[in-house]
Formats: sequence, structure tokens, C-alpha cells
Amino acid sequence: MAGLMAGFGHYTHAVVRGIPASLAKEALRSSQTEVDLAKAVKEQEAYVEVLRTRLGLEVVELPADESLPDCVFVEDAAVVCGDTALITRPGAESRRGETEAMKGALKDLNLNIVEMTDENATLDGGDVLFTGREFFVGLSKRTNQRGAEILADAFKDYAVSTVPVLEGLHLKSFCSMGGPGLIVIGSSEPAQKALKIMQQMSDHRYDKLTVPDDLAANCIYMNLPSKGHVLLHCTAEEFPESAKVFEKLKDHMLIPMSNLEKVKVDGALTCCSVLINKKANI
Amino acid sequence: MTTESGADSEAKQPQENKETEKGKAKAASQPSQVAAEPALPQNQPEQLPAAVGHSTPARKEQEQQEEDLVSHRSSTSRLSRSPLRGVKKVKIMQCKVTLLDGLDFTLNVEKRAKGQFLFDKVCDHLNLLEKDYFGITYRDVENQKNWLDPSKELKKQIRTGPWNFAFNVKFYPPDPSQLTEDITRYYLCLQLRDDVVSGRLPCSFATHTVLGSYTAQSELGDYDSEELASDYLSELRFAPNQTKELEEKVMELHKTYKGMSPADAEMHFLENAKKLSMYGVDLHHAKDSEGVEIMLGVCASGLLIYRDRLRINRFAWPKILKISYKRNNFYIKIRPGEFEQFESTIGFKLPNHRAAKRLWKVCVEHHTFFRLVSPEAPPKKFLTLGSKFRYSGRTQAQTRRASSQIIRPAPFFERTSSKRYNMSRSLDGAPIMENHETLMKDNAADGEAKVIAKGDIITTVTTEKKAEEEKAEEGDAKKDTAETPEPAATSPLRQDTKDTEPPAEVVKHQTNISELKRSFLETDGSITTPGLTEWEKRLSSSPMRSPRSDEAPMIEPLELDTKEDEPAADETKEVEPKITEAAGYLVKYVVDSMTADGPTSSGPHGISLSTTMDDDVFMDGTLREVEEKTPESQDEVSERLVVKVSPGAMRQEVSQAISDKKGTLIILKDAEDKSDTEGKEKSAVPGEFKADEHVMRMASKEEEIPRADTSVVTEAQTTAAKMLSPKVEIKTDSMTQIKGIDSPKKAMASWISEEVKMETPEFISVSTKEVKDMKTSDGLQERAEIFTFKEVQSEQSKSSLTQITVSESSTTSLVVSTLECVSSSQKAPAGQEEKPVIEMEALPAKSAGPSSPDITAVATKDMPVIHTETKTITYEAAEVETNGDADPGVLLSAQTITSETTSTTTTTHITKTVKGGISETRIEKRIVITGDADIDHDEALAQAIKEAKEQHPDMSVTKVVVHKETEITPEEGED
Repeated sequence: MAGLMAGFGHYTHAVVRGIPASLAKEALRSSQTEVDLAKAVKEQEAYVEVLRTRLGLEVVELPADESLPDCVFVEDAAVVCGDTALITRPGAESRRGETEAMKGALKDLNLNIVEMTDENATLDGGDVLFTGREFFVGLSKRTNQRGAEILADAFKDYAVSTVPVLEGLHLKSFCSMGGPGLIVIGSSEPAQKALKIMQQMSDHRYDKLTVPDDLAANCIYMNLPSKGHVLLHCTAEEFPESAKVFEKLKDHMLIPMSNLEKVKVDGALTCCSVLINKKANI
Repeated sequence: MTTESGADSEAKQPQENKETEKGKAKAASQPSQVAAEPALPQNQPEQLPAAVGHSTPARKEQEQQEEDLVSHRSSTSRLSRSPLRGVKKVKIMQCKVTLLDGLDFTLNVEKRAKGQFLFDKVCDHLNLLEKDYFGITYRDVENQKNWLDPSKELKKQIRTGPWNFAFNVKFYPPDPSQLTEDITRYYLCLQLRDDVVSGRLPCSFATHTVLGSYTAQSELGDYDSEELASDYLSELRFAPNQTKELEEKVMELHKTYKGMSPADAEMHFLENAKKLSMYGVDLHHAKDSEGVEIMLGVCASGLLIYRDRLRINRFAWPKILKISYKRNNFYIKIRPGEFEQFESTIGFKLPNHRAAKRLWKVCVEHHTFFRLVSPEAPPKKFLTLGSKFRYSGRTQAQTRRASSQIIRPAPFFERTSSKRYNMSRSLDGAPIMENHETLMKDNAADGEAKVIAKGDIITTVTTEKKAEEEKAEEGDAKKDTAETPEPAATSPLRQDTKDTEPPAEVVKHQTNISELKRSFLETDGSITTPGLTEWEKRLSSSPMRSPRSDEAPMIEPLELDTKEDEPAADETKEVEPKITEAAGYLVKYVVDSMTADGPTSSGPHGISLSTTMDDDVFMDGTLREVEEKTPESQDEVSERLVVKVSPGAMRQEVSQAISDKKGTLIILKDAEDKSDTEGKEKSAVPGEFKADEHVMRMASKEEEIPRADTSVVTEAQTTAAKMLSPKVEIKTDSMTQIKGIDSPKKAMASWISEEVKMETPEFISVSTKEVKDMKTSDGLQERAEIFTFKEVQSEQSKSSLTQITVSESSTTSLVVSTLECVSSSQKAPAGQEEKPVIEMEALPAKSAGPSSPDITAVATKDMPVIHTETKTITYEAAEVETNGDADPGVLLSAQTITSETTSTTTTTHITKTVKGGISETRIEKRIVITGDADIDHDEALAQAIKEAKEQHPDMSVTKVVVHKETEITPEEGED
């Protein structure tokens, strides 16, 4: 029987992209730090490996593009929900080119492609939190109202609420979904503030899981056949306190993912993949 | 008999005049038409088949003709009627009601018939019992859709033009599976299909496909490649822009539904439709304070603010203290957060006055329907301030209760174009419809249970929330308490809780009529439809609006509240979890109610008083009223307090109350702590906002205190005093005096008077000025005295009453409880009031002391007969939030209602005042409970509070005075 909005976290495919050498020097970052390219590549490999081997997803790996130093962060280039993919218009000028390859890949997956052509619109996928019942779009340096409007138009079934992102790069720099109806949120004041706004705007009820570190609040939740609740989250090495919090989740299959290098260029766990549920196609 | 269905009206035409006359004759004497017509529905099924099938063009034409005939006819009849006019005053009007299936239902009604009459006729015609979700709309001069007010005459609503109406869903049930009857769901489906096709309910391609496929299944039955032409779907409408591709996808899905009954298909349709974000959202065009075009969406959970397609804010009903309109402005006043002292009022500009009023009404109705247990009484006539409009129908809670009583067999009804389905069915030798229906019903139930069991978490969550809300209505405070434990059962676990509930409901599917989510389909179909286009327009054409980060600012104050509320709440909660969970990690499994209620969860919520300012009348209210009123009311109170001799009928109530009792103790502690805090802060005097927070939070909890404590109090008067402050003790003493004075005679009378700020209204009007002046520390004392004084008075009346009661009835015990519920809107003006409030606690004590002697004397003289022991305990929530100006306020309305049962007399005094633009509603309830000595007073009190909360879920109890008078046996009397 067809049902809408069922199966939050069900994914069959993932789109990822390689790390260009240019990432080390040229990728955008909010704090000046040295990135160890080799380590970053290793991290990415491990990440892809988990998706492919451990979780059994069909992984589409796009080649890195040296002219697009941030291209590994594919999440920003597209928002996929159900069988519709919105190709974004990233807020950073230097990243606009990233959407091309993404569009091609998603087309190949037979998704309905909606493009954001309005030149006044910007939207990074990192600002889009889909809870399973609705969207929250962070209005940040990278995403504006117009971008959010277009997203709302692309996914008409869902309420789309805007949330100002006052600190941090993206909305998902301090939150993400940790399960159906479970929002993982950082404990910083801006994060908590944003959460309150989300609460107020929502008709739905969520639980929240607060972690001490904002960045640790970015994790990847999946609900996979034969695996159940799966959570990719930060390692204890990176965020010991937050990792402890995740370890308390008894119902989840927990997979710590090292992200030490990518985080230096503001890359969180969700940034590195676009997850797709092909079976959602009706 | 004067009613004609469209189908046979033609045939009847020749008789038209005759019939009309007959009708007139009848109607002239009385509204006998009403009585005469119920026969109609039975005929209906026979007529229907002929009328059905609007989708075929031929039909349409026929209807068209009919319409022409109709108009023609009505003009002739008018002519022929005119000579009679002088004799028979009743005029008959022909009404045409467009039903959800697109057919017109034509009937004649008296011109002065009320909206309800028409509505009932239509529901009869439709064989619809769960009708509270529906309503009738008409177009006004501006072609805007308005809801017909059932309590008003039709002719006053239809000023011009033909009497054309439409039958629509008015309140969209949030959970259609809880509707009792399939036929109700069917009509809801029809409405939603229209919503979808018209674009009022936007959805994605995938959703169009799914909804379309269920529509096909319910209308056409199983897919049958032999019987159905390849383009069989093209006659059905699924989407505003229907494409071949869509039809193909629909067909693909349709093929997979073999064997699904129409009722099941509709259930699936609704299960999907209800999740759409615009389901049941009634949109109104408006502009915000900066002139930016927005849309206001009224729905079951509150008010949604959209810009373009984006939701930019949301105000859950509990967050809204007041809604009002003035000229073309619409205002909502928002409850301040725990850490905020100021309420904020947000204004929106509507296109015109009518639009503002329409929006206001829709809000009042939705709020009442979805949030209240029973409708608010309309303001009394003689107070001409503000609109008298109130929602007069049943609330969701009431309609659910009512429909759980529906016991008829599933009615036969024909799905408009589903004849094919039936035919093919019957060819197969399928069971007769009735049996079929019943089968379907079971299926539906099973299916539902499955769904739930499978754990669509979100859905279940919603369900639970609803359930919670209902519970919350029983006792808001309970919820707060409940929430603390809940954290333990975090997200994943939570399913369990939910799972349990829905199934239970499913089992007895009669019981649950659905939750309604409000939504108006249509209040403004016309508005909405254009609205969508506007959205589109705006989407493509408004680049300048993009940098909307300033949206947030507007929102922010509100949000801050919420935020602050919640953090506070969270923290409290956190503490406990942490302890339990072993040190270290910060897992906060805090249940954040992201629901509508979430924000308010900390307080007594749900108060959205729909006090209106109708136009300008509002502010120039009546100062006098206040003064006059209050005394009057007191008199009334005393008069009415006349006791009912009461057997122990209260037992039942009591038992109910017992459950609530648990956890009270904990609360109690809280309260005590807090009052301590307050005490300290009081001494600090000025700006104590923090105290407020506590207070606020206490408000809900405090209500409960009495339950646990009363017993204690009763036993030791001083104990009671402890609870709040030393001052209380004084009062108690005085009370004791009284007791001593009273004459012999054994009587055990206990009073529980939960007293609330009944005085407040008075106080405000009378003494506010002084307060203002004195605002300083002295002012406080002054006030206190004032209060005291009043207190005394009221006390007196009570006691005398008690005595009277006792003597007359010779009842053994008396419990008087006065519950005052103050709507949170009262939390008005700032710092100044705060102090007063706090002092109020003190008041009773002091005032009682000095003045009581006199009173006592009086009382004693009058009724020396009985020797009683009187105890008075006062609990107050010092929850007033202050906003600054201590302006006296204008009395908007005051009313006193008395109701009696065998053992209790309840006097309710409702006062609405406006202070500095803030309206405040206070309800004081005095409940006199008379009964045997062995009445459990605690429970009686608990029950009283509970009831008060149920009746006014939106208000908070701010003060509870328990006055217990006991007849003393000689021996006892001696001490």
C-alpha cells in the first residue's frame, strides 16, 4: 500500500564525491587550520566504505574536481526527499559548479530533478534539516529566504519553516536527526535557541538528544532493513563527552566515524553524502 | 414537504405554488416545517440515485436547467405570494446548497429560519450524524466565503443575492480514523479531494498519485482491465494540473488495490491527506506590521504565519492569550515566556474590516472547537461591548463523546460516481451493501491497528499528543508532572506508550470520533484559491523580499519566551535524569514538547480567551460596572450559596479525583520552596521578575496543592497558614475566633472555598489608583488592607451562608470551594502588580484579622444557632506578571452563573476587564459542598479544582481558598 512520508531513514543509495588535492589549501573554512590531505582522504575512504560495505548502500562515487575544492561536501549541492531532488544554488560562489555533477548523478537515478535557477536564491543542503515530517531551513550566510521558498515549492507536502542561523556555518552544523522524531542538538546557546524556534514552528512532537559539542550533533541516521536504526556519529577521540552520549543509545547500531580532518574545513558527517531512497519512488 | 431535492423538483414544479402556500400556512403557526420534514431523509435514498452522477455532462446540463427553473420559479412564487403577505407573515425562501459531491440540494425555508435549521436539513439529507465537523458557507458581497452562523437568522446573514450556500468541512479532524462513521469520512474525503484539485491543499506529484489512486479505488472499485477503458481515469480529477503521466501512475497504483473496499480506500486517502502540511489550514491574506504580504493560517493547533510558502511563525493556541480585531486589524496577544515579563501583541493588517472579522471568528471557532471542553458562553446581552459572537456548536471533545453514542448500523450511502463499483460488485455476487459496510468497518479497524503497531512513529506521536491534550484538559497540572517522568522514556521507547493508546481506541471504534484538526476547507475558498496563485506569483516575482532574516526578529520575542520557558523546564528536568542516569553524560532525554502545547507546558495553558474588541467600542468601557458589579455579584453569591442539603453524592467525583492526588506531595514541596523564594524576593521589593517565573510555574502546580494539603490544613489551622506565609496564620486565627463565637449545636461543616481573585476585579477598579500613587512599598500595605477588607466581606457572606445552610438543612457538613481561574491574560502590567499579587497572599490574613471580629459579631447575632468550626485556607498563585502600568482597567463584562446539584452549589462569577489594552478574564467559582461528616474534603476539593480546570482549560487557577466549617459536637466545642 502506498503511503507517504513513511520510512524515515530508509535509504538505498548514496552519492559521494572524492577529495580533490585543492581541498587542503583552497577549501573554504571558518578558521585557519592546516588540513592533512592524506588523512582527509583516508577519512573519506573509510566513510564510503562504511556506507557501501557495512551498510550495504549503493554508492555512487563522483570523481573529485580540482577546480572545486569543496566538492567532497556533496550534501550542499542537492536536497533529496522521496523521489524529488532539488539541485541547489550554493551560497558560496566558488561552489556553484558542484551541482553539475550532482545533477547528472541524480538524473541517472531517475529522480525528478528540480533546479534552483533563480539568481536571487541561495541554498546549501547543509541548511536543510528534514525531520521526516517537515523541513527546517536555516537562514544562514549560505542560504536565503528565496532559496527556502524554492525548496518549499519543490516539496509541497511538507511544511517548510525557516530558522535563523546566527552562528556556525549551517543549520546542520549543530543539529541533525538521530532517529524518527529525534533531533540531536548541540548545547551551545545558538543551537538551543534554534531548537526552540524549531519547536515553536512545528506541529509535531520531537524528542531531542543534547550533546555537549555542537559539531558532534551532526550525525547520520538511517533505518536499514536488517540493520534497524543506524547512527553514524562522532568518535570518542574527537568529542569524548558527546560520544558518550551517543553510546547510550541502546536501540541504535552505532558507528563512530572519524572526521578530524574534514571538520577543519567545516565538513561534518552529513556533508559528505546525499542519501536516497529509490524505493520511495511510486 | 416544501423541501425539494434537485432531482424531482422539476416534476413538482406545477405544484409549486400550492405547496408554497401550504408551507406558509403551516409555518405561520409555528416552525412545523421542521417537524414535518424529517420524513425526507428516508425518501432520500430513493431519490439519490437519480440525482447522483454529476460527473456526466448530461447531468450537469440538467442541473443547469433546474437552476434556471428554480430562479424563475422563485420569482413567480414571490409574485403569487405577495398578496398573501399581509395575512401570513412567513416568507419562504428557496435555498440552494451545493454539496460536497457537487450536487445541489434545494430546499425552502422560512425567511427567518436560523442557520442551524438549514444546516440540520442538509445533514439530514446527507444522513450525516457526525456533523459538527461541517458547516455551511455563503458568499458575501465581496464573494468571500463566510461560515453561516447557526444561531443567526439566515436573512441577517444573506443580505443580498440569491440564497446559495455550500456545505463544507469546517473543522478538519486531525485524525480522521477516529471518526465514528464511514459516511463521515466519505464526506471528508470529498472535501479534501476538492481541496486538492482546487490547489488549496498543495501536494507533490507523488502525493497526487497516491491520493488519486485511493480515490479511484473508492469511486471505481477494483481495477479491471476488461471493464475499464484505458483512459478510465480521465473523468476523475486528482490534481489542479492533471497530466497523462499522473493518470498513468495513478493507474499503476490502482491496480495494486484489488479487493480494497471503498471505506478502506478512503481511510488510506485520509491517512495520507492528513499528513500534508496544509491539511485543514484555513488561509487568510494579510500583511504584517511592516506591510509584507503574508498568509495567516488557522488550524486545529493554532495560528500559522506564512510568507510565500514558508512558515515563518506559529502560535499554538495555548500561546495565544487573546485574539481581537479592530477595523481591518487583527491582533493576537502572546503569552510571555517564563523569563519574560511582557506579553506581546502582534498585529496584522487584513484587506478590510470584514476580512478581519472573518478571521477573528474563524479563530474563535477553531480555538473553541479544538481546545475547549465546552463552548464559552456568549457575553451577556446588556453588555454591548465587543462582538457577541462565540462558537456555539459542540467542541471536538463534545462531538466525540456524542458520536461514541452512535449506534445505528452503518448507513447505506452511495459514493457519487461509484455506481460502477457497486455494479461490478453485485455481478460478482458481492454481499449486500449493509453487510459490506460492516465488514469494511472491521477491516478498517484492523488496518488501523496494524498501522499503529507498525509504528509510524510520527503518526502515533500525534495521536498521543492528542490524547495528552485531552488528559491535559482534565488537569493541566498533571501534564507537567507527567512530563518529568516521561523523559526517562525517550524517543525510541516512546512508541510504546503510544502504541498502547491508539489500539485501545481502535478496539472500540465507536468511542473515538476523530480528532479534529480544524481546518477549514474553505472558509475562504475564494481567498485561498487565489492565494495559491499568489504564492506562485510571489515566488516568481518577489526577489526583493529574499533577505528575510529580519523575519526572525519579529518572531523573536515570542521565541525567546518559548526558549526561555523551555530551557528552564529542561533544566529542571535534566537534573532528575542526570541523577538517575549516573553522572557524566549530558543526555537529556527531555521531552520537549515540540507540539503546540510544548511551549506552554510549564504553565497552565491553553488559555486563549476570545475576548473581542469589536471595533472601537472596546476601550471606552464601563468603569462603573466594576464597582456595581462586584458588590452585586457578592450578593448574588451569597444568595445563591444557599445550601443544598446534600447527600453524599460527591463520592463519585471524589473517586475520580483520587487519581490526581498522586504526585501532589511532590508538587507541594515545590510550591513551598517557591513560596519561600517568593517571600525572600518580596523583601527585595522592586523588580522581582524571577519570582514571577516561579510563580508562573507554580500556577499550575499550585492548583494541586490543596488536594494533598487540605487534610493537613483542616486538622491544624496553622498548618494551612504555613503553606503560604506567616500572614495567613493571622487570618486563620480570626477564623478561629469566629468559630468560637458560634453557637452550639453539632454540625460538621466544612468549607472549601477556593478563592480566587475574585477580588481582583474590584480591586483593580476601586483601588488601583491608590496603588498607583503608592506604588512604593507603602502601597503594598494599603492594598493589602483593601484586599483584606473584601476578603472579609466575602468571608462573611460565606459564613453566614454556611450557617444558614446548616440550620435550614441540618446538614452535617458543608464544603464551600471557590475556585478562581484567572486567565493568563491577566498577567498583565509589570512590576507593580507583582507586588500586589504577592501580597494578596498576605491579604487574607491581615484583613481577616481586624475586620473579622465585626463580621463575626454580626454573623453571630443573626444566626447564633449553630456552633461551627471554621477554617479557611488560602492558596494563591502569585502568577501575575506585571507589565508596568497599573491602570485600573475597564470592566468589559461580568456575569454570574449558578448551578446546583444535590450536594454542591456552584456559583461562577466571570469578570472581564481591560487594563491598558490587556484584557483579563477572571472567573471566580464558589462551590458549596454540603455533606456528611465523613466527606473526604480533600477529594472534594481536588474534584472541584479539576472540574474548574476542565471547564476552563485555558485558565490558570490563581487562588484557592478553602473554608471549612464544621459543626462541633458539644464536647469538641468546648476546646
